Amino acid sequence: MAPAGSACRGLSANAAQRPQGKNNGKRGDGMNDIWRMIGQRLLLGVLTLFIISVVIFGATELLPGDLARELLGQSATEETLAALREQLGLNDPAPLRYWNWLTGVLQGDFGVSMATQKPISELVGTRLGNTLFLALYAAALSVPLSLLLGVLAALWRNSIFDRASNALALTAISFPEFFVAYILVLWLAQTGIFPSMVRITSATTTGDLLYSAFLPALTLTLVVTAHMMRMTRAAIINLLASPYIEMARLKGMSPMRVVLRHAVPNALAPIINVVALNLAYLITGVVVVEVVFVYPGLGQLMIDAVTNRDIAVVQAIALIFAAAYVLLNLLADVLSTITNPRLMHRK
Amino acid sequence: MTILLSIFIGLGLFFLVGFAGRTALHAAAPAHHKPMFRDMPLTASFGLAVIAIYVVVAILAPVIAPFGEGQVLGAAYQPWAAPHYLGTDKLGRDMLTRLIYGARNTVGIAFATTALAFVLGSVLGIWAALVGGRLDQWMSRFVDALMAIPALIFSLLLLTIFGTSVLTLILVIAAVDATRVYRLARSVAQGIVVMDYIEAARLRGEGMWRLIRREILPNAMAPLVAEFGLRFCFVFLSISALSFLGLGIKPPTADWGSMVRENATLITFGDITPLLPAGAIALLTVAVNFVVDWQLHRASGLKE
Repeated sequence: MAPAGSACRGLSANAAQRPQGKNNGKRGDGMNDIWRMIGQRLLLGVLTLFIISVVIFGATELLPGDLARELLGQSATEETLAALREQLGLNDPAPLRYWNWLTGVLQGDFGVSMATQKPISELVGTRLGNTLFLALYAAALSVPLSLLLGVLAALWRNSIFDRASNALALTAISFPEFFVAYILVLWLAQTGIFPSMVRITSATTTGDLLYSAFLPALTLTLVVTAHMMRMTRAAIINLLASPYIEMARLKGMSPMRVVLRHAVPNALAPIINVVALNLAYLITGVVVVEVVFVYPGLGQLMIDAVTNRDIAVVQAIALIFAAAYVLLNLLADVLSTITNPRLMHRK
Repeated sequence: MTILLSIFIGLGLFFLVGFAGRTALHAAAPAHHKPMFRDMPLTASFGLAVIAIYVVVAILAPVIAPFGEGQVLGAAYQPWAAPHYLGTDKLGRDMLTRLIYGARNTVGIAFATTALAFVLGSVLGIWAALVGGRLDQWMSRFVDALMAIPALIFSLLLLTIFGTSVLTLILVIAAVDATRVYRLARSVAQGIVVMDYIEAARLRGEGMWRLIRREILPNAMAPLVAEFGLRFCFVFLSISALSFLGLGIKPPTADWGSMVRENATLITFGDITPLLPAGAIALLTVAVNFVVDWQLHRASGLKE
């Protein structure tokens, strides 16, 4: 009963909107539409981030006992427990603690690490830069590579190249990151071409960094390229069956031109989405890769913090990663809407 | 040179296993399933054969393995020679034995986790679609919020809070993955709950649980089974990654992820032994992916 009712309501809502849309349907001010849409998406993003922060902070409330006892174990005395509760502010009610934490985070103050007693913002600061550098480096390698391979595979579909790249891509998707990383170490670092560990000091120049971070970046590239390539190929092949592509072919256009001029612009939206998804994956995929190559980034810091059960640090880094994830998805949303006129002028 | 040789050997093995698997399946299948196996691509039969080998090894681990799982047998890092065909690890335990037991532990735990995630996710998803209304809205928005946090990061957060043990690992990964299953199960079930026969079953007075189990689940099975294969790969890879990071399955239990971590130093000396457990993980995921790819292709009826 309920589904039928809601379907009716959906219909009537559409019907009510349509004439209104026609009356206001001015096609000219495209820029205004873009800004309004970006504003809406930003608001949604902020809301999502707020909910995520509640989840990340509230997760500690899931413990049956309290955090202090969980962290110190059964043998802890009452005094040490009380001291830790005082330090963590556990004596305040949860909403108040959340408010204090959130206002701190918004001012760049993530609190103090329990393991090292240092301010977390200090620990995170330089490492965030390193991680972003690695992710951008990998993105700069993988995005052009996978788009090129995807277009070529779609162009020569069912050829040996297509089959081989498809099977290779499926294989690469299935490999654990550390497997890829160690194979690269075995082949490229063993022979001394590239270093297998990354050391970053204040004296390191960008050139050195590009050279020494090549293996971690290449690992990440291999891991994400396969997925992006497969989706690019699928998005283009989907379009190749449409009548307007047939038309372009019958006009006598070369296959390359058909794909580049006619198929790719319409396949942009799914491609942008999958690229963003994989860039978001890069942000978290760095965790394992950073550990393999001893790269001083956020992922390594997070693993250390998880091992020490340094909850404040883990929360801070989780929030940073989640924010990056939300931002990338937001960007993909906006970009793929802009590339599609039908979505842009929907009234 | 060695690289070329290993590529040739790998390709040869792939075709051999693929053909053998296809022939065996075709011979063993009942008559009405024979066409399906005759047309199956080599990749799929290779995948099925590899999965079968893993299952046999996992079940018969104590019989096949030459030594005990945690038995220390002498010097650490011995080279590949009889009786330790793949050498020993950093505590002097037999690598081959631990690889074989790893099939049981790692794959078993990953399978249990995936199964738990599926039961949890699909029952809740179908329930939400069936009840609809406010409950559905609240649950779905909650799951959306959870899914906005990357899976690995969320698992790490939960592991920090609940501590790291095998049981918490299974529960945490299953809970994180159940959100993804919930999404799929709910969207599949939404198409089913509006059908007339569900209405009829409701009017007959069937209870919620019976509706889910007898009316909706059989019709939602096909997409869920394909998803099970993919989810298994994700779960398997994330458990291996967490074990590799030292946060998953702990020694002395033989586990492929932590075996790589324990023996990683050997790689810098050009020894490929630590790559074997990593390769075992990769091979199984490749095999499952090949089979899922084939099933999806068959289900979609695409011939490109």
